[in-house]
Amino acid sequence: METHDVTIIGAGVVGNAIARELSKTTLRVLVVEKEADVAFGTSARNSGVVHSGIHYAPGSLRAKFAVQGNRMMQELCENLSVAYKRIGKLTVASTEHEMDKLHELKIQGEKNGVEGLQILNHTQMEQKQPGIAGLQALFSPTTGIINPIAFTIALGEHAHANGAQYRFLSEATSISQNPDGLYIINLKTPKGSETIHTRLIINCAGLHADAIARMTGYDEFTVYPCRGEYYVLDKRLSEELNLLIYPVPGAHSGGLGIHLTNTTEGNILIGPSNEYIEDPQDFSSTAEIMELLKAEGQALLPSLQTSDFIRSFAGLRPKLNPPSVGGFHDFVIHRQTIHPHVIHLLGIESPGLTASPAIALHVFEMVRDLIPFQMKMDWNPSFEQQNGIYRQPYPLSYYEDEVRLALLHKDPDFGTLICRCEEISKAEVHSAILRIFGPITLVGIKQRCRTMTGRCQGGFCLPRIISMLEQEFGHRADTQLYKGPQSPLFSGYLRGDGGPANV
Amino acid sequence: MCKPQWDVVVLGGGPAGLAAALAAEKAGADSVLLVERDNRLGGILVQCIHPGFGLHRFGKELTGPEYAHLDIQQVSKGKIQSMLNTFVLQISSQENHIDIRLMRTGIVETITTRSVVLAMGCRERTAGAISLAGPRPAGIYTAGAAQRLVNLQNILPGKNVVIAGSGDIGLIMARRMSLEGAKVHAVTEILPYAGGLARNLNQCLADFNIPLLLSTKVVHVYGQHRLEGVRIAPLNPQGTVIADAYQDIPCDTLLLSVGLIPENELSRRAGILMDSTTGGPLVDELCMTSVPGVFACGNALHVHDVADYVSEEADVAGKSAARFARCGHDPQELIPVSHGPQLRYALPQKIAPGSTTTLSFRVAKPLGRCQVEILQGGKRLYHKNHLRLIPSEMIRVSVEFHTAGAVEVLCEERP
Ligand SMILES: Cc1cc2nc3c(=O)[nH]c(=O)nc-3n(C[C@H](O)[C@H](O)[C@H](O)COP(=O)(O)OP(=O)(O)OC[C@H]3O[C@@H](n4cnc5c(N)ncnc54)[C@H](O)[C@@H]3O)c2cc1C
Ligand SMILES: Cc1cc2nc3c(=O)[nH]c(=O)nc-3n(C[C@H](O)[C@H](O)[C@H](O)COP(=O)(O)OP(=O)(O)OC[C@H]3O[C@@H](n4cnc5c(N)ncnc54)[C@H](O)[C@@H]3O)c2cc1C
Repeated sequence: METHDVTIIGAGVVGNAIARELSKTTLRVLVVEKEADVAFGTSARNSGVVHSGIHYAPGSLRAKFAVQGNRMMQELCENLSVAYKRIGKLTVASTEHEMDKLHELKIQGEKNGVEGLQILNHTQMEQKQPGIAGLQALFSPTTGIINPIAFTIALGEHAHANGAQYRFLSEATSISQNPDGLYIINLKTPKGSETIHTRLIINCAGLHADAIARMTGYDEFTVYPCRGEYYVLDKRLSEELNLLIYPVPGAHSGGLGIHLTNTTEGNILIGPSNEYIEDPQDFSSTAEIMELLKAEGQALLPSLQTSDFIRSFAGLRPKLNPPSVGGFHDFVIHRQTIHPHVIHLLGIESPGLTASPAIALHVFEMVRDLIPFQMKMDWNPSFEQQNGIYRQPYPLSYYEDEVRLALLHKDPDFGTLICRCEEISKAEVHSAILRIFGPITLVGIKQRCRTMTGRCQGGFCLPRIISMLEQEFGHRADTQLYKGPQSPLFSGYLRGDGGPANV
Repeated sequence: MCKPQWDVVVLGGGPAGLAAALAAEKAGADSVLLVERDNRLGGILVQCIHPGFGLHRFGKELTGPEYAHLDIQQVSKGKIQSMLNTFVLQISSQENHIDIRLMRTGIVETITTRSVVLAMGCRERTAGAISLAGPRPAGIYTAGAAQRLVNLQNILPGKNVVIAGSGDIGLIMARRMSLEGAKVHAVTEILPYAGGLARNLNQCLADFNIPLLLSTKVVHVYGQHRLEGVRIAPLNPQGTVIADAYQDIPCDTLLLSVGLIPENELSRRAGILMDSTTGGPLVDELCMTSVPGVFACGNALHVHDVADYVSEEADVAGKSAARFARCGHDPQELIPVSHGPQLRYALPQKIAPGSTTTLSFRVAKPLGRCQVEILQGGKRLYHKNHLRLIPSEMIRVSVEFHTAGAVEVLCEERP
């Protein structure tokens, strides 16, 4: 029987950050994840903003962890080779009333410990972003952007490299306790059902955290999925936006309003919308919102063309307030009296990405009170430079040629092209495939090296990645997966039994 | 400054690049380099294994690879050098030459040339551009990617197929998938008329009993993991969805054939002025762009449906590039070419006075009986009556322009 000290349910940014923190200890840590890879949930579907902490009520967990997480981000991203830029943000007031709100936000931010806040007049705003509309703005210099997918993956890979185990395609379906007090988690896996034993459970199941909580009888909260849809815009436009520009949020809004967000890779996102839905699995884009985003985009960026909308996607906020109440609920991090060895994390919506490293420290302290452990002596704060693994914050095309030339000496395939839009080399794709520590899927590759994310959306690189997988990894095309075992890419081979006739 | 390494560098080894390189060599360029990112020459033709090429240029019906082969043979006979598996990262115009930054296995380098021909072809529009509602399951491919998988990689994408868009690639793939045993349930088209050529409608759809649903939009896709179906709905004459008249079609594959976009990121970054209608550079009668020494042709200039015309156009670009390398170029006052409202565009956008030029143009929507006229300074130089003109068929007319008067291309319905 498999026994673990700590089992974390959910390999999103929160679960992975906690796993990484606990991998510093002698505890045997297991992460179970229902999907095929890390970062297949909300953590890959958000704005990627490292918030400053101005928007949250003083004294709340959201305020505390956002400010603390923001301060940790720089060093963490350097250690993990993740793209992160402190580009700053303007919250813009367009009416007298909103100007009052700006001052309130500034005071609230300062109470929360946010540094460097400044009210700017229009001239000062113009200096930050030529052509900007609005009367006044609150400038928060500590707001930044991060690649949320790379961050979530790096946390997971780092935890894994330091000994945390991961089980993918393993959905927790029920929890019970044996007479010794050990918890038994039933897992639904491709093999059917399996069980594992664990001394402690940390519920980081995001949109499903309420379902996990109910498995141990904690039914205080329901998670209400609230969808945010986006469009990704062509990089052509990256220079149009110097920093983040948000409207002043409405009083009861459950989001921060539709706006443009820079990504670390130079695309611009437009979104997110804000709509409560029923199904926590429904990451659909809708016709209405796509129309709305296109119209808003055109208004915000007049030079936008239809061909600049390269992809739509949606994320779901795990809200604890029902639609009738709206707004935001604080994060809930709870231990039940009857189950002190189960820690539930509920309602980790925005700024959950920002807060995740701080949440992990907090949960680490909770675990310290529950089971004794020692710190590992050999824990490595950054990744070992592994042979054949490219791990840099950005794809190679973002660097000067000297970087590529240096790598070319080690591996000529740093000059072999696989993705034409993002100019990703074969060596980068190869390294992404090697880094996957669960089943290999196209989405897993894409999330690690940005293939299929450019303006042609895989039209060029998909057939080439398929060949690579066949020829270099021995994965027949008819077994290749898009995002999991239920999403086969193809029906099969046409003639004979295997590979390309002669490419 | 030392002498540039090359007279003419051609970017892209499709039919446009091949013909341009051959023309440049023939016109006396001392050194011609053909750069291609794929592992062989031929461009998109390599995967177009159907017949329908070459009638105009070679007087016989060839498949895509056969058509390309004829040019490739010529190229290999001469002194043109080709560089395969090589990706052009950047071009930038310097004072007396042009820099080209290249990458291939083991190498990143910058080479220099006197002139450049852009022949990078085009890419397909994707789901993002057509607001496809629903989740993002496996089984949604652009028609061109599917064509490559089937024709070059021995892979059948799926067995129950719907094709969105009636462009030629979609039509060709409808037939191809049927021949491979897949069931193609429908080809949908949001416009009230088909996007592809008439012969493809007959040979690829009608002959295989595949329904073509005009004024119909794929409004939703279903399936969390692999595609399970699509919802299609008719559009009213204003182009809005008649929501309650929808129909769901179970299928595991959706192929998108929703248009092509000239591949011009390189050109844009080099500061070349673009035409927002064609998606390609603005050019003169020599196919020269706004940056002296940089020429454009083929699908990178505007989307073509007939490869023969691509070669014809590239011939002009290649010849001009060789000439530029030898003699440079005297800037002169150019005459604008404008077009009437019935036409979507007319190319080139500017011409030199006193030149004989082939104009290419397309109607914006299908027209019945109509007359095409080309005027200079108000004087009619050409006219022709047509029974029917459709947007998918490009019209090419060669005209001698004697004066410096403005040129107009007009098309009027004559019921
Ligand atoms: C539209 C939107 C925009 C946002 N923008 C920002 C932003 O700009 N900045 C910011 O800081 N935050 C932002 N957030 C919030 C942030 O994305 C989330 O707080 C964060 O990603 C939550 O991470 P998580 O690990 O809790 O959840 P997830 O990433 O959803 O991870 C939970 C994991 O648990 C797994 N799981 C669920 N049930 C089970 C089970 N039974 N068994 C096994 N595994 C299970 C899921 O598959 C999933 O992988 C945004 C959120 C949304 C929706
Ligand atoms: C499915 C389909 C069916 C068709 N059917 C017919 C038909 O029946 N009859 C007919 O006459 N015409 C047909 N056509 C049209 C014809 O094939 C095209 O118009 C023609 O191939 C365009 O030629 P091109 O050289 O401009 O572009 P392409 O053939 O696309 O060639 C462009 C080349 O440039 C290379 N390239 C691009 N960027 C770079 C870079 N940065 N560095 C290096 N290399 C680069 C590409 O790899 C490619 O090889 C069809 C087209 C398609 C797609």
